[in-house]
Amino acid sequence: MTLIRRLAAHTLLAAVAATAFSVAAQPIRLGELNSYKVFPAFLEPYKKGMDLALAEVNAAGGVLGRPLEIVSRDDNGNPGDAVRVAEELLSREKVVMLMGTFASNVGLAVADLAKQRKVLFLAAEPLTDKIVWENGNKYTFRLRASTYMQTAMLVPEAAKLGKKRWAIVYPNYEYGQSATAAFKKQMIGQQAGGIEFVEQAVPLGKIDPGPVVQAMLDAQPDAIFSSLFGADLARFVREGELRGLFKGRPVFNLLGGEPEYLDPLKDEAPVGWWVTGYPWYAIDTPPHKRFRDAYQAKFNDYPRLGSVVGYSAVKAAAAAIRKAGSTDTAKLVAAMNGLSFDTPFGKVSFRPIDHQSTMGAYVGRTAVKDGKGVMVEWRYADGGDFLPSDDTVKRLRPAE
Amino acid sequence: MSLASFFAQLLNGLAGASALFLVAAGLTLIFGVTRVVNFAHGSLYMVGVYVAYTLAETLGRGPWGFWGAVLLSALVVAILGAAIETLLLKRIYAAPELLQLAATFGIVLIIRDAVLALWGAEDLLGPRAPGLSGAVEIFGRAIATYDLFLLAVGPVILVALWWLLERTRFGMLTRAATENRVLAAALGVDERRLFTAVFALGAFLAGLAGALQLPREPANLGMDLSIIVEAFVVTVVGGLGSIPGAFVAALVIGLTKALCIALGTVDVGGIAIAFPRLTLVAEFVVMAIVLVARPFGLMGRPPAAPPTTPIAEFRALVVPPGRRAAIGALIALGLAALLPLSGDEYRLVLATDILVLALFAASLQLVMGTGGMASFGHAAYFGLGAYAAALAVKHGAPMEAALALSPVAAAAGALVIGWFCVRLSGVYLAMLTLAFAQIVWSVAFQWDEVTGGSNGIVGVWPSAWLSGKIAYYAFTLALVAAALAAIAWIAAAPLGYALRACRDSPLRAEAIGIDVRRTQWTAFALAGAFAGLAGGLYAFSKGSISPETLAIPRSVDALVMVLLGGLNALAGPLLGAAAFTWLSDTLARATEYWHAVLGAMILLIVVAFPMGIGGALQRWLPRGAR
Repeated sequence: MTLIRRLAAHTLLAAVAATAFSVAAQPIRLGELNSYKVFPAFLEPYKKGMDLALAEVNAAGGVLGRPLEIVSRDDNGNPGDAVRVAEELLSREKVVMLMGTFASNVGLAVADLAKQRKVLFLAAEPLTDKIVWENGNKYTFRLRASTYMQTAMLVPEAAKLGKKRWAIVYPNYEYGQSATAAFKKQMIGQQAGGIEFVEQAVPLGKIDPGPVVQAMLDAQPDAIFSSLFGADLARFVREGELRGLFKGRPVFNLLGGEPEYLDPLKDEAPVGWWVTGYPWYAIDTPPHKRFRDAYQAKFNDYPRLGSVVGYSAVKAAAAAIRKAGSTDTAKLVAAMNGLSFDTPFGKVSFRPIDHQSTMGAYVGRTAVKDGKGVMVEWRYADGGDFLPSDDTVKRLRPAE
Repeated sequence: MSLASFFAQLLNGLAGASALFLVAAGLTLIFGVTRVVNFAHGSLYMVGVYVAYTLAETLGRGPWGFWGAVLLSALVVAILGAAIETLLLKRIYAAPELLQLAATFGIVLIIRDAVLALWGAEDLLGPRAPGLSGAVEIFGRAIATYDLFLLAVGPVILVALWWLLERTRFGMLTRAATENRVLAAALGVDERRLFTAVFALGAFLAGLAGALQLPREPANLGMDLSIIVEAFVVTVVGGLGSIPGAFVAALVIGLTKALCIALGTVDVGGIAIAFPRLTLVAEFVVMAIVLVARPFGLMGRPPAAPPTTPIAEFRALVVPPGRRAAIGALIALGLAALLPLSGDEYRLVLATDILVLALFAASLQLVMGTGGMASFGHAAYFGLGAYAAALAVKHGAPMEAALALSPVAAAAGALVIGWFCVRLSGVYLAMLTLAFAQIVWSVAFQWDEVTGGSNGIVGVWPSAWLSGKIAYYAFTLALVAAALAAIAWIAAAPLGYALRACRDSPLRAEAIGIDVRRTQWTAFALAGAFAGLAGGLYAFSKGSISPETLAIPRSVDALVMVLLGGLNALAGPLLGAAAFTWLSDTLARATEYWHAVLGAMILLIVVAFPMGIGGALQRWLPRGAR
């Protein structure tokens, strides 16, 4: 044991000496992990967004007079590997904080690791409500508008229609289940009179569109709420159009306006659906224009929603380190509470009450223009306006 | 549900079944003749979709463009299949059974990355089929014309294959080889050319199925794995090697799914059952029922030759560890115990992972190597152990007690699953384990209130005295070393001998008074217990678990580790787990296309050491050291 202690002491001494001499040149490292091989359609643009933000931060002199560096790892899309690479980032790469993740289960696992290891974790993409509420903890902050928030952005429009019978179709896992639950609960709350729901749960990535569309037709709904995305959405749209499912029925689709999922549909994109998404071509606010121009200049490609998420996550991390004036976790966590920072969508802040950011989403209707799916009649829905009351949040989130 | 809508759902189910049949037909053809469990068949299908997309875009949107693209892409995939067979599989036909599975798994990784590099990450929605892009009204329900077309394609291909196999010389030779390939070769059939031809034909069907899927589904990178498992299920339910069987099985599964979706949520005695949610496991439930009732599938026949014909050399390798092997193991243990001195905390994390997976792989080797019963669903026991531990901790049990519960829970699960499985043999047995594993997985995935659903359970951390990395590593090392020693001891104990007797000749084993099923059942339970312990250790090392601990990729990982290490080498699982985990970890950091590189490494190992790393070591070391 003494040998180990002595060794440890030596290492520590050496480390202290090394940092004392070269602190100015040492970059500040952010540990990033994501499921790059499992969800490449979203995460390739995400990575480009990160690269752009990193270049901007460093061009402006870095943070605390030191350059910023991102050490990126593939978590293989499963929580076990994610925890392992997170450990590697912490112990070997000496990163000052963790960020990233995509799927809910991976995000929740890393959030719990952050709590255990007492390190800051910025969950950039996971949409699960639990990461800030039921399973929320002191060290975890979430950037994107959650499933609950994005559903809440669509509900007012849906409730206005006064439709009695809703068909709901969703991918059968956390995201789809909580979107469905949130939709049902909020609709019952906002729409007077009786309302009924018929549901179709489809295995993620394996929708059987013929039978699903047929069953929805047979249910004779007045309107449709879907949380499908990716290949499932494309198949659902094609089959539904073919069989006339959408004729005379308003359709709401969570995430349906995100370029990642709308663009592959090309001229077959649905028309008149209410969606949340990102009309990158039409947002002309100064911060977004600046972002879009820089992105297109750097990558010769247009930004997707993933690009905005990656970009904003790095900007948030840089802002937190600047505000904390240090890379010490306690100070970083304190700085993150109420931190206000710039994103392409404008100023966003992290709510102290549940560590959810107020980043919003664009809500609008789909259309086809020049053979491409676009969003029209859109507006920006500020995330801060679509969260439950503080009392509800306090009840959901465990006390610290 | 009205009669008209029932009829419409029937058509939907049939159309889906037709598409599935095309993939399964190729798979069953290849297996029947070459006995290769071709894990890359789904990848060939995916390549078919992507190639068809590109060709259709290039050749234009007219009818010639589309149908030309379909046929051409099937041909391209056939050539790819022939290349894979000639360049790779041909080299390892003599290797132990299932080694080809590891090789084809390597191909899956390479093809997926190649497709990503060539076509990009975004989903690609192909054109609708010219002339068949509309819908027709049948009993007031709109049905896609293309679905009706697909519905016809299935039977046409079935008849064409029947003609090819029953009425041509090629078919006669193929049937001869399917029935008894050794005898066919002895009678002068050029096996090598026949194998290549059959593989190309199977690949052609996969490519055709993929290309025909283009109007129904955007080309995307998840297609390979989502189709391969389903195709396996169809193949096995129908009976391996039986093409009409695959057709019937596809119909049964397609209709079951359509029916689940059509039923919707139904009240049964006050309990609402959401049938659509069952689509997650419908095919596995069908498979479990069919295999329990008919051990060789719907239309399969018991193989004429014994299912395993292990080559003498591989059999001879099973020798109880000698004194020098024991000394070697002790030295390795001593070195492992010194690892914390290296001062690199992450090395301990990685080593803990390797130890846990080595135990998991060793438990699989016990049933698969010593017992001769391949298991494709071994993750079930790993996951049961992990969930038992996590749930116990969540309900207030101390960590030590929770960990003690994991092997018990997993063994209980293995007893139930094993009771059904030991009645089967070969790939049927393996697929039945897969079916049960998927059923367990879907329960964990859907039972939100208890298992946390798809999110799983977080906050599963070890007790304070084990919370340090060094402490947990030492704890894992002690337990895993003891467990591995126990497995080695079992293999050399009378039970091990009895197991090998059951594996090599069930008939003779029976004749000398060994209760074959009971022996195999015991092995199942023991292996389950060890896998469960590994699962428990895994849960506490990660702090959380989710359904992926029970999912197919975890079972596949274990298979690959055992095969890489050597099916019958004692140190195999440890070497396989170390090689696989260390490679993935290092490669993921080094290169963006790490899946492809990992796949290439697997191919290299498989071709260079057909008996696994451990097998090769045993051969090189002097005899006494074995």
